[in-house]
Amino acid sequence: MPAPDDPLPNFVGEATRRGTPVDAGTIEIAAVETGPEVRAVRRRRGIGVAGWLSIGWLALVVGLALLAPVLPLDDPRESVTAIAKRGPLADAGSAPGHLLGGDYNGRDMLSRLIWGGRTTLLVATLAVVIGFVLGGALGLIGGYFRGKVDIVVSGVLDVLLAVPAVILALAFVVILRTDPSNPGAGGLDATTSLIIAIGLVSIPVLGRITRASTLSWSEREFVLAARAQGATHRRIVIREVLPNVLPAMVSIALLGVAVAIVAEGTLAILGAGVEPDTPTWGNMIAIGRGYLERAPHIVFEPALMIFFTVLALNMLGDVVRAKLDVREGAL
Amino acid sequence: MSDPPAGNEPVSRDPATGEPASSETPTSDPALDDRVAREARVLLDVLDVSTSFETDRGLVHAVDGVSFTLDRGRTLGIVGESGSGKTVLSRSIMGLLPKRGVVRSGSIRFDAEEVGHLGPKAMRRFWGAHMAMVFQDPMTSLNPVMKIGHQITESIRLHLDVSREFADELAVSLLTSVRVPDPERRMGEYPHELSGGLRQRVCIAVALAAGPQLLFADEPTTALDVTVQAQVLDVLDTQQQERFMALVLVTHDLGVVAGRTDDVLVMYAGQVVEQAPTPTLFSQMRMPYTEALLQSIPKLADPSHTRLHAIAGRPPDLVDRPTGCRFAPRCGYVQDRCREELPPLVDGPTPGHKYRCWFPVGTPEGADALARNLAAGASTSSPAPAVDEEPIAWTSPDTPGAVTTDEDERRFWGGRG
Repeated sequence: MPAPDDPLPNFVGEATRRGTPVDAGTIEIAAVETGPEVRAVRRRRGIGVAGWLSIGWLALVVGLALLAPVLPLDDPRESVTAIAKRGPLADAGSAPGHLLGGDYNGRDMLSRLIWGGRTTLLVATLAVVIGFVLGGALGLIGGYFRGKVDIVVSGVLDVLLAVPAVILALAFVVILRTDPSNPGAGGLDATTSLIIAIGLVSIPVLGRITRASTLSWSEREFVLAARAQGATHRRIVIREVLPNVLPAMVSIALLGVAVAIVAEGTLAILGAGVEPDTPTWGNMIAIGRGYLERAPHIVFEPALMIFFTVLALNMLGDVVRAKLDVREGAL
Repeated sequence: MSDPPAGNEPVSRDPATGEPASSETPTSDPALDDRVAREARVLLDVLDVSTSFETDRGLVHAVDGVSFTLDRGRTLGIVGESGSGKTVLSRSIMGLLPKRGVVRSGSIRFDAEEVGHLGPKAMRRFWGAHMAMVFQDPMTSLNPVMKIGHQITESIRLHLDVSREFADELAVSLLTSVRVPDPERRMGEYPHELSGGLRQRVCIAVALAAGPQLLFADEPTTALDVTVQAQVLDVLDTQQQERFMALVLVTHDLGVVAGRTDDVLVMYAGQVVEQAPTPTLFSQMRMPYTEALLQSIPKLADPSHTRLHAIAGRPPDLVDRPTGCRFAPRCGYVQDRCREELPPLVDGPTPGHKYRCWFPVGTPEGADALARNLAAGASTSSPAPAVDEEPIAWTSPDTPGAVTTDEDERRFWGGRG
């Protein structure tokens, strides 16, 4: 049915290849409408070199973060004057063995990067889990039930989305955490409030994607068929719709982790990060930026960690979406 | 199976109604006996059912005063072209309509219980267990990310309190009964690994899982290869007979209905235009629309390159319905009266045969009307019948109207890919 130069297969193929966050439903529909060519593009796409590199990098970073307490690392809070502001390959003089140099205070960069990664990844992952669960639930409910429910859900998501994310997160952190000048007033510790703040900010993004995907999947005949078999709405949402929406959700969630890592850094620079003596990639950059000229490695090393991790997560997001699809182009 | 004769009007709503109290006390009142016998026989009694949809343009009267009864274990064919309301009718009976923007009226009695007014919550206990539906497109009516076996056991365990293992065994036997080869292996496969015909069999297995008394098959073979259509219909046939299940076969193809149904209901523009026992319908059809539908089936005996007999024009707008007969603008027998007065559904010569026409096929009036139209030739406003030995043999120079309705219908029911 499609002519050889029909633009639609090309569009879908291209979008799929580049991992444009078109929701899975859209691609599926397009794939059906455009016939076999598209299926051929979609089918049997291996993980690829980039995919394996991404997985390797993430495994390394996560592994190191998990193993930080048992690795033979220096204390990330202990200063060694000899390596203060020393770069990675500089002669450490009386204190050898600091592979990546020291920060402005002489704390071992390698150790701080690994411990910092632990905190950063924890914050980003838990934040996205919050967004995934709450945003996903909202999106599923709004997209499946539509009508008034959807108006409310979409309204909430739109309002959340309309406020600049960093400012919103900043506001949440300030509201949630213990006021340093007034500790008696109560509140959460800095890390927890940061997790919740970033989590809340990630709700609308995940919610919108989930809703869009749910909308298209809920119209499928198998949902009606399940209804005709007497399944309850809850059962249909959880058993029939959710498994189809999940690939889109997971791939966006992986992007979400990447965004959350960056958000953590931004908030740290704005002074709304975790406790100052706990290293994170974000606050390492925040603190190190005063020494950018004399000791650029203090900023660049955590920045590179963020860069590669975010890149890997993005690529993995695409791979996951392609791989979680058992449908393989056919419905 | 009978009901205790309870009063005159609707029989008591006992959930256990279906079960027989065989030694019924014989009553002296023959009318009552009749009624009791009828209750025992009739599974589905549809009376004056109308369904309309609210749109920006106004109410779309998709189903318009349809009545019929279906006995236990019998097969009814509902035939009509796209947009004739056959799908909406079957979904109205199932209660499977969208929750917003639907206006419905009329009485639907299933197993002597009024279900026409019930909402989805109340209908849920009927769905699957008492009435089930097989959909048109097996490509979209199975969940693409759920294994075949799971989709069937899901359906079983929804209604029957059985263990996972037993549900698995049941599912395998269901697949065997719908003639899916190598059912154990198929259980572990996903829908995309199956061919269309196999998928439709799986859909049938899913629908049959909880042993419904009434099965709707909504164009079950339209999306399939011609070669597997007959197989799937045979599976439906066999199952219907083995289970003594009533079957409603919705189709646009009179060929599908012939020989597989006990009765046929021909629908046009939301109305029943002819209904009859299947043999009667084919031997003594009265409604020109039925005739036109039959003509539109290509015949094997025709020489190559014979033009297909399309029905010219398109079905009427269901928002502003024409005053006269709805088929008048496309009818070869059309007379002035047809454009002004809507013909009632009248009884035909044989019992159970009803039709809606002023100048029926096979009657002197009809022949006269046709002759007059042919004589008037191309000067009339109605589509000019082509010169052919067959009465309804005009070809369509018109826009392919059916495509529009198809699209409308599809848009209405949501993206089916």
